[in-house]
Amino acid sequence: MAEKISREDFRRLAELASLELPEEEAEYLRGELNNQMISIEVLESIPIDAETDTAAHGLPYTDFNSAAPREDIARQDPHRQEILDQAPELEDGYIVVPDISHQELE
Amino acid sequence: MKTCDLPAYTIADLIRTKQLSALEVLEETLERVNQVDGRPGEVDAPEASSEEDLSTIHAFTLVTEDYARRQAQKIDQLIQDGNDPGPLAGVPYTAKDIFTVKGIRSTAGSKILSNYVSPYSATVVERMEDAGAVMLGKVNLDEFTYGSSSESSAFKPVPRNPWDTSRVVGGSSGGSAAAVAAGEGAISLGTDTGGSIRHPASFCGTVGLKPTYGRVSRYGLIAFGSSLDCPGPLARNVTDAALALQAIAGQDPRDATSAAVPVPDYLAEMEKEVRGMRIGLSEEFFRVTYFDAESMELVENPIDDQIREAVFSAAGFLAQLGADIVTDVPLPHTKYGVPTYFVISRVEASSNLLRYDGVKYGYRTAESIKDLLELYRKTRGEGFGVEPKLRMLMGIYLSAAQFDKGYYQRALKARALMRGDFETIFDPKGKFRLDALLTPTAPSTAFPIGSVYGDSVLMQYSDQLTATTNHAGIPGLSFPVGFDRDGLPIGAQVLGPDYSEGSLLRIARAYEKVTEQEAWRSLKPPLVAALDS
Repeated sequence: MAEKISREDFRRLAELASLELPEEEAEYLRGELNNQMISIEVLESIPIDAETDTAAHGLPYTDFNSAAPREDIARQDPHRQEILDQAPELEDGYIVVPDISHQELE
Repeated sequence: MKTCDLPAYTIADLIRTKQLSALEVLEETLERVNQVDGRPGEVDAPEASSEEDLSTIHAFTLVTEDYARRQAQKIDQLIQDGNDPGPLAGVPYTAKDIFTVKGIRSTAGSKILSNYVSPYSATVVERMEDAGAVMLGKVNLDEFTYGSSSESSAFKPVPRNPWDTSRVVGGSSGGSAAAVAAGEGAISLGTDTGGSIRHPASFCGTVGLKPTYGRVSRYGLIAFGSSLDCPGPLARNVTDAALALQAIAGQDPRDATSAAVPVPDYLAEMEKEVRGMRIGLSEEFFRVTYFDAESMELVENPIDDQIREAVFSAAGFLAQLGADIVTDVPLPHTKYGVPTYFVISRVEASSNLLRYDGVKYGYRTAESIKDLLELYRKTRGEGFGVEPKLRMLMGIYLSAAQFDKGYYQRALKARALMRGDFETIFDPKGKFRLDALLTPTAPSTAFPIGSVYGDSVLMQYSDQLTATTNHAGIPGLSFPVGFDRDGLPIGAQVLGPDYSEGSLLRIARAYEKVTEQEAWRSLKPPLVAALDS
């Protein structure tokens, strides 16, 4: 069976996912993804047409179960310091990161 | 019998009537954890190998003794002062480590969150505490809930099944099911995205309730598939599951998808008769598909006879009580459950995983870094395990325009068809007019540790009988219906229309009562039975 996800596809996917992967792990992951595609391809046999509904949610949200809209009021989160304390590196209330990456456009 | 083996409703009653203190119950439960759990899971710790490791459960990632003692003392004080401590007064419970708890490490079983201390609590945790329950600790799970055996956790050793410690606990709420089964807390909070409450409940012989999508708030839950995730309880009996659902259900202004639908009195609903209820059986749920890694093909087989017989026997008991059993109910799109799940859950997971970057919170690579992009790549490469990586890569493959083959749109249509199957059988004016569908919960009983993990396709097919419920958003309740020849629990589930948790509890409770005297009902996990002798 032809592989759906080639090495080149995989390299691009890893880049989009911002993942640095050792070669051996990358090949295992690519193999599993291609195996998963065998299951996903079953969807090609499903009897659907343009009339078939598309469901982003299982159960519909109607007036029966939806919350009424609420006023859009800004609120100060009370946990400012606790949230900042979770950052790996902090300086004067700012989160420290290395240089911002940039690419030369061709 | 130790107080930690009592039902939650009995514990709460004894504490409320001052026959026991919350602290006494807590200390006995902590002693149980010490006796049966072994070392708690820890990132990068060795997998189980010593005899002690191999014969203990390892349900926990964190035992919160001090936190629990403070809560128990508060309950005892409230009672002493004549105040109402709530319906779950002093009931020890655990939370799957996917729920945030203020001031407590909340890890999702992942290295990337291994040092994360949440600044806020999940709504369900707050509601359990408002009801008087006492949190014993956090329990292990598949990393980010991605799996059906709890073996993918970065926190080792992984949990072991109390009925046979060489077997998996199921997943992804595996620590929850194992803890409840072994008397380490009467209730556990789990989550169910494709079966993750019901599957481990069936593997560990407990009750597990996946509510209707939106019935219980997702606020404070570390997200997997945002259109599929449902928090819910695991417990040793149906009444305790009803009590817990009563505590956690209902609208939450912090989750816009939580349903603005009044919460019924589940305990009252549960005690009603099943006479006249219409309960369906569908052959689509007695066939199972396996991925054969040698031929690289999907193979379909009838389900194990022992599981089929246990579910049909349960139907027989319900018929004796006056329920109408309707056979051969068609749910023709059931077979698309897993393929659709592979698509929708991965696309949603990849979107939810992009936030972990080593900048705002959680793990950051220790290597020296030249720029921000390298920081992301190294942090995520080191911090995520195999399953989140697979799900992110697949989610991007299926949704990025450059690879788009239309699978996501097909999956959303398949989802509508699966929803339509359930709407047809539950339609009160339709041909079937069912109150519930009765099916096996899982295609097998608990399999040996290490026998499936690593094969991500075969593992995903372990959810084939539960995933369609999540696609449709409807509720499902798994409950024990006996044991197989290896002494492993078999679970059945009832599925019903939106917000029908009350009827599902009623069916499971009726079955529980009518089988009370069955010999298998008195069985206990061997390592718990050994403590009694």
